[in-house]
Amino acid sequence: MKGRFVILAVILALLAPSIALLPAQALAAGSDSYIAQAVVAQTAKSAAPAVPAKIAADKRITITMFCIFIAITLGIVYWASKRTTSTGAFYAASSSITGVQNGWAMAGDFMSAASFLGVSGLISLFGWDGMMYCIGTSFAYVTLLLIMAEPCRNVGKYTVGDILSFRAKPAPVRATMALAAVLLSIMYLIVQMVGGGKLIELLLGVPYTWSVILVGVLMLIYAVAGGMLATTWVQIIKAGLLMGGGFLLFILMAAHFGFNPLRFFSEVVSSPKIQSWVQIALLKQPVAQPGFEYGRRFLEPGLLQTNVWDQVSLGIGSFLLGVAGMPHILMRFFTVPDAKAARKSIVVAMILIGLFFVMVTLFGLGAAVIVSPQAIVAVDKGGNMANLLMAELLGANVSPLFGDIFFAFLCSVAFATILAVVAGLVLAAAGAIGHDIWISIIRKGKATQREQVMAARIAALIVGVVAILISLMSQNINVAHLATLAFAIAASGVVPAVVFSLFWRKMTTAGICATLLVGTVVSLVLVLVSPNMTYPKIVAQGAQTQITSLEKKQAAGQTLTEKETGDLAKAKQVYEANKDGKSIMGLDRPWFPLRNPGIVSAPIGWLVAIIFSLLFPNKREEEKFDEMYVRQTTGMGIDELIKT
Amino acid sequence: MEQNSTDWSKIARNPKFKELRRRKEKFLFGWWIISAVIFVIFLVVANLGRKVYGWCVIGDINLGYLLVLALFVYCWFIAGYYASWANRFSDKMTADLVEDLKEGGINK
Repeated sequence: MKGRFVILAVILALLAPSIALLPAQALAAGSDSYIAQAVVAQTAKSAAPAVPAKIAADKRITITMFCIFIAITLGIVYWASKRTTSTGAFYAASSSITGVQNGWAMAGDFMSAASFLGVSGLISLFGWDGMMYCIGTSFAYVTLLLIMAEPCRNVGKYTVGDILSFRAKPAPVRATMALAAVLLSIMYLIVQMVGGGKLIELLLGVPYTWSVILVGVLMLIYAVAGGMLATTWVQIIKAGLLMGGGFLLFILMAAHFGFNPLRFFSEVVSSPKIQSWVQIALLKQPVAQPGFEYGRRFLEPGLLQTNVWDQVSLGIGSFLLGVAGMPHILMRFFTVPDAKAARKSIVVAMILIGLFFVMVTLFGLGAAVIVSPQAIVAVDKGGNMANLLMAELLGANVSPLFGDIFFAFLCSVAFATILAVVAGLVLAAAGAIGHDIWISIIRKGKATQREQVMAARIAALIVGVVAILISLMSQNINVAHLATLAFAIAASGVVPAVVFSLFWRKMTTAGICATLLVGTVVSLVLVLVSPNMTYPKIVAQGAQTQITSLEKKQAAGQTLTEKETGDLAKAKQVYEANKDGKSIMGLDRPWFPLRNPGIVSAPIGWLVAIIFSLLFPNKREEEKFDEMYVRQTTGMGIDELIKT
Repeated sequence: MEQNSTDWSKIARNPKFKELRRRKEKFLFGWWIISAVIFVIFLVVANLGRKVYGWCVIGDINLGYLLVLALFVYCWFIAGYYASWANRFSDKMTADLVEDLKEGGINK
């Protein structure tokens, strides 16, 4: 068996380069990569000597690396699928993952494309404020470590629904929890897939539709065929590659600054490009204030987040509580055999996450110095390419071929990262549909192993296909606020339901269902009326201001430059299109002032849990608390949970 | 072990169990609240006291960045401290309790 797997992997790896050549030639016809063009265009305009003119990555190398990665992971899927014959194997890898392995996998869940590329991009554009996301993730793991990990392992089997239905009425609790889990997972899945699709479009030049289909098909193969075992191993391998690649980039960057942290920071502060970026693009001061140190301003807070309530809301709602309620994270605790291993996995994950995010903070600042914020936004408005651009520049300084290979390697790791995270999300949603709804409620737990595994696979397939379809339709929609919404729902619904079930005797079915429903609805409504949505009248207002200022200039007898004439026409178009529009909720302006609803929705969700449990007490459920309390503390009876 | 016949309420009233619970709750919720407060203060000061974070401590490295590093170190500290506490106390107490219950018959 093992021999066959090795042979298969080797054959696929050998085939990869030749497969890669086919599309590469077709793509090569379109001359160099988009990134290179944009950077070249940018350097030509600003004539900065810092960025060399030719940093075109060889696409054949990138595609070859992609194929090698795909081949290796498919080998893992083949190996895992042979072992995935029971329900426990499909959802929880038969609880056979060790603490250290699961630690790497859990770290992998947060060492995503969004953090490696997105967060360093944010730091490269907004300085200090971007680092908040790095710290936040670390604190999210504090909650997982201290509150969730061990009790969840001790009483849960495959899904969060198992924990909630331990003493509450199974049918209503499982149904509401499954609803919340599917909603959360699909929302987060869409964010990852749309982001991933756009990233691959940028990296390989494949159209968006094909990028999403590529990601989606691989995700389905990993999740449906390989189940949790394959998904965990893909996650572990990816986390290792990302850590290794990140460390190499870190060394290259440190060497660039002579391994001297003081010099690194003084170059950030004294970079003329960063100074003008802060002054013009961020603080919108056309004329520099004399004596103001714009370079130092880059390292101070407040360039991205200006509202203190929004900041705190993001911190509490998304990080401190939100992450701890994401089903795909909680599900990882079921893959280890006992509470000790669950604890160990979080400790390992926290060490890795910390190391990784310290590097990310430095990558962001380094990219701002080496590549410059102006060149980064020229390639991608969100700054997602900051790290990769820096990697290519630094690599090219060593040798051009090394630069190409290093760039290609990091691109494939970014690709791997998207796949590993989305496969885990599909499994979480599949657990909710297959295990909670189909097997537990509809079939009342009376199903053979064969049927259970079949139900799980079909559920994974359905969830995956739905997510692919929605992602294909969402190309031009801003989906970033779906992540905010998902974390808010987790913080205001799932976390209070789980925490009160585990620790509060008087929590009942009514409390669980109420907090899940109210938490979801409140979060949803607050996001729908928040500044995350587009408000056409505000857009029109902005266009109007631009029109007025340009027309004033015209009236004063000045001739507009070609660009300004274009801007004026565009602004008029935007104004006409938006002046009578309303937001998705029919509003002229946001009704709720914060982008992150957590600070309001979480207290509501937690209060509702308490109120409804007290209003609808249940003696039997209270009596069963003792059993849950003893089990979650001591882990007694865990063998039966794992064996079946 | 027959699950249905186990008297869980009796175990829950066991003094050893109560002691384990008390110490665990004190440690876990206590440190969680401390962590949450540190995190929120860090965010609020970042927003309201920009100048404070902008104070350059070593060369051009400012307090804001040093605090970011300090918080990473804090998270590592919590991870390490809890792991060692659990290995030294709660795991032993749990094993001790489970042993007691087995010896005395689970329903005794």
